[in-house]
Amino acid sequence: MASRADGPGAGNAGGPGTGGGGAGRPEAAGLSGGIRDAGLSGDVRGAGLSGDVRNAGLSGGVRVEGLAVRQPATGRTLLSGVSFEVAPGESVAIVGESGSGKSLTVRAMLGLLPRGLEATGRVDVDGVRVDDDPRTRARQRGGVVSLLMQDPFTLLNPLRRVGRQIADGLPKGADPKVEVPRLLAEVGLPEDVAGRHPFQLSGGMRQRVGLAAALAGGPRVLVADEPTTALDATTQREVLALVRRIQRERDMAFVLITHDLRLAFSTCDRVVVMYAGRIMETGGAAAVRNEQLHPYTRALLAAEPPADRRLAVIPAVPGSVPAHDAVADRCAFAERCSLAVAECLAVGPVPKAVRPGRESACLRATELPAQPAPAPGVTLPFRGLADAVLDVRDLRRTFAGAGRPALAGVSLSIASGEVVGVVGESGSGKTTLARCVAGLERPDAGTILLDGVDCSDYGRLSRTAVRQARRTAQMIFQDPYSTLNPARTIGAALAEALRADGRPAASGDVARLLESVGLGRDMAGMRPAGLSGGERQRVAIARAVAGEPRLLICDEPVSALDVSVQAQILGLLAELRERLSMAMLFITHDLAVVRQIADRLYVLEAGRCVETGSADQVLDAPAHPYTRALLASVPDGSAGWLG
Amino acid sequence: MAWRSWGAFLLRRFAGTAVVVVLLSIGVFGLLYLAPGSVQQTLLGTRPATPETIAAIQARYHLDDPLPVQYLSWLGGVLRGDLGVSIRTGSPVADMIGDRLPLTLALTGYGTLLSLLAGIPLGVAGALRRGRATDRLVVTAGVVGLSAPPFAVGLLLLVVFAAWLGWFPVYGTGEGLADQIWHLTLPAAALAVGAVGMLVRFSRAALIRELDQDYVVFARARGLSSAAVLGYALRNSLVPILTAAGLIVTGMLAGTVLVEVTFALPGLGSLLVDSVTFKDVPAVQALALLLTLLIAVVNLLVDVGYSVVDPRVRLGGRTS
Repeated sequence: MASRADGPGAGNAGGPGTGGGGAGRPEAAGLSGGIRDAGLSGDVRGAGLSGDVRNAGLSGGVRVEGLAVRQPATGRTLLSGVSFEVAPGESVAIVGESGSGKSLTVRAMLGLLPRGLEATGRVDVDGVRVDDDPRTRARQRGGVVSLLMQDPFTLLNPLRRVGRQIADGLPKGADPKVEVPRLLAEVGLPEDVAGRHPFQLSGGMRQRVGLAAALAGGPRVLVADEPTTALDATTQREVLALVRRIQRERDMAFVLITHDLRLAFSTCDRVVVMYAGRIMETGGAAAVRNEQLHPYTRALLAAEPPADRRLAVIPAVPGSVPAHDAVADRCAFAERCSLAVAECLAVGPVPKAVRPGRESACLRATELPAQPAPAPGVTLPFRGLADAVLDVRDLRRTFAGAGRPALAGVSLSIASGEVVGVVGESGSGKTTLARCVAGLERPDAGTILLDGVDCSDYGRLSRTAVRQARRTAQMIFQDPYSTLNPARTIGAALAEALRADGRPAASGDVARLLESVGLGRDMAGMRPAGLSGGERQRVAIARAVAGEPRLLICDEPVSALDVSVQAQILGLLAELRERLSMAMLFITHDLAVVRQIADRLYVLEAGRCVETGSADQVLDAPAHPYTRALLASVPDGSAGWLG
Repeated sequence: MAWRSWGAFLLRRFAGTAVVVVLLSIGVFGLLYLAPGSVQQTLLGTRPATPETIAAIQARYHLDDPLPVQYLSWLGGVLRGDLGVSIRTGSPVADMIGDRLPLTLALTGYGTLLSLLAGIPLGVAGALRRGRATDRLVVTAGVVGLSAPPFAVGLLLLVVFAAWLGWFPVYGTGEGLADQIWHLTLPAAALAVGAVGMLVRFSRAALIRELDQDYVVFARARGLSSAAVLGYALRNSLVPILTAAGLIVTGMLAGTVLVEVTFALPGLGSLLVDSVTFKDVPAVQALALLLTLLIAVVNLLVDVGYSVVDPRVRLGGRTS
């Protein structure tokens, strides 16, 4: 930020990221804090604090300059020229898609890079240079800087009671009997949680325990790497609000890694947008939210579907995030950018101050066209009443050892060509419902009529009837990385799907199928390992629609994908639906996604359907409190979202 | 609550073990019928087939009864400690086994101890220095150990340490504790070499996997000492290591057959070899049953060990 452009930072600027201080360079060190705050436009952090900010790099803050991460074994560079600063008590979000280098940046900052990677560049934590000093780093961990990790299901030692795990991180001399209950109370957990093992706690509780453990050493800087991505939407909001509150109470510097730009706006004072291992744009959260000074930030924000209206088409950026080295010496985003000029491909831009408190790595940052107004919503086209392709009546399923049924009598129908969304959080029974319809799970009671045929129990159907059912309904799954057999080529997997439907499976047919999902024919010879997540999901979709099923069951098909890829896949599904007049059972936890694709909605809570109706009706005028709670937990990018 | 779940857990495991032992005892009883020749002939062995001896055997083994009854009376005898009479020596099989069991147990225990003391630290060293020279050395040594048959290792040890260097005795069991340990060292080492190889592999692989887990990074990130972090990872590697240890103990029980012969030790292994050579079916039957029982007990202990190490096993938690 601007504060980086002065003082010692600019002096030893090794990395290109620090070289651009010229444009908005503040005249005196003492002023820079004010300039930094100018970018915060209306943010809570007032000018009163900014006087100290310049002492910043000194205590309780972090400064990163010219950070690069390389993999010596392959000679690849994964990120370069990353510079930013976090003042004491300030919160900064590092935002980017997978492959942007955001997680590696903080791992390098903390000296916790995975094996085989090397970092260069200068890192100051709490006023001490640490990049060349592993001992100081080790000493600072816990007490000065601490990290909260992404997955609450893996971040705790599964075999140790959580109270002891929290106590392990306490400073020497602290009394665990006093401190552990105090920390648990601080994260909103009762004292008796200390005696439990992680597997006895829910995901949200585990993440709270993780937070208590990360806070045990009393850090002055807290880094959180996607701390809520693995949690349900309502839990995510609670946990983020908790982190935010504690960060303010303890006056810690806070670095949040996230893929969700709106979540970053709502949670942090400033945002740093990364792409392909570089910084694209930085600025105050409110300022960036109002006006993005880099086309990538614009594209990223546009690709996030809104929950309050249905767009005619989600603006998807074609292509995917390139590797860092593939776009050396040019703008990393140029090839996907609609505003790119020849110069963008000729020079590698570095972030420059466009105006006080704002930096952009776009060469045309000052001449970007005004932002288009947000696209208006469209009303749902009326679809005539058609006969039902799926009719589910009073479906029940209880898993052995579970306290309550996964499905406690759910009824649902899907008309031919209709897209029906089923929304709910984990444990609502939505995936069990999808698996029952696909014949992967046997319901305890209830009927499933698939195209008029009773498919309640696939085990009792004849082979021809099962075949027929499978031709009627096909499924795509959440995780694109485990849905394809890693040993088979894409072509072989698709040819098998074509043959299973009794279609010709010559190479021309496979190629046509690949093209129908927007993939090149040359991909037939590749194996899944060589494909990106989005490409794999396209292959999985191609495999499912090979037989042109009447019903496509989609179990969270985009929730493992980056937003830009998510927009592409949603577009593809909408297009296939029109072309094949296919009905869809669309399972998701994401109301914004379901808004874009579903005609009708069912809201599931704890195995029961609490609300149903047309998508517009349910999302615009939710009747049930649970639906309202789900809607409130969709990040809207406003500073008041966390409450 | 905790104690009740423990009790229920142990009861379940005991019941399972009992079922396995009963099923295997049927198989062991079947040995009598699987041996070539008639059952009477088998039980007579080398004794003269006079009407008296035949009648005695008929009465003793209830050979006129239907098969299930014969099995039950045999089982009843086994439960009372009556394992029959050896054809080779004429003395009760139970006494012969009683004489030799302690030596084999001591040998197996000693061998297991040696392999644990060597194997786990080597595996840990390999995992901590992954990819470096120490690690490669450890892995190579493990492969060599795994692929060396115990009797060949035994002969090598005898030649080097007993015959050339004269540090250890060539055969015999020794008098007094220290002397006995001295006598059993070479045979135990011969048994342990293969087990060390296996333990190195299991513990190294398990620890490497655990060291890459999120909770290890998280523990480091919040400032836990290296020792505490290693403790986290080691505790979590214990389940695969326990599995390996169970396999090692059972493997050693079988391995004693060869090693006891190599070192001329009067244990169960050499008794088994002699009994098989002489077609001493009652002795073979009893030994097979005993080995079955020992292996079942080892497996039970490993199961209990799992649940001590990992509360999810005991409390039925899902690991996901």
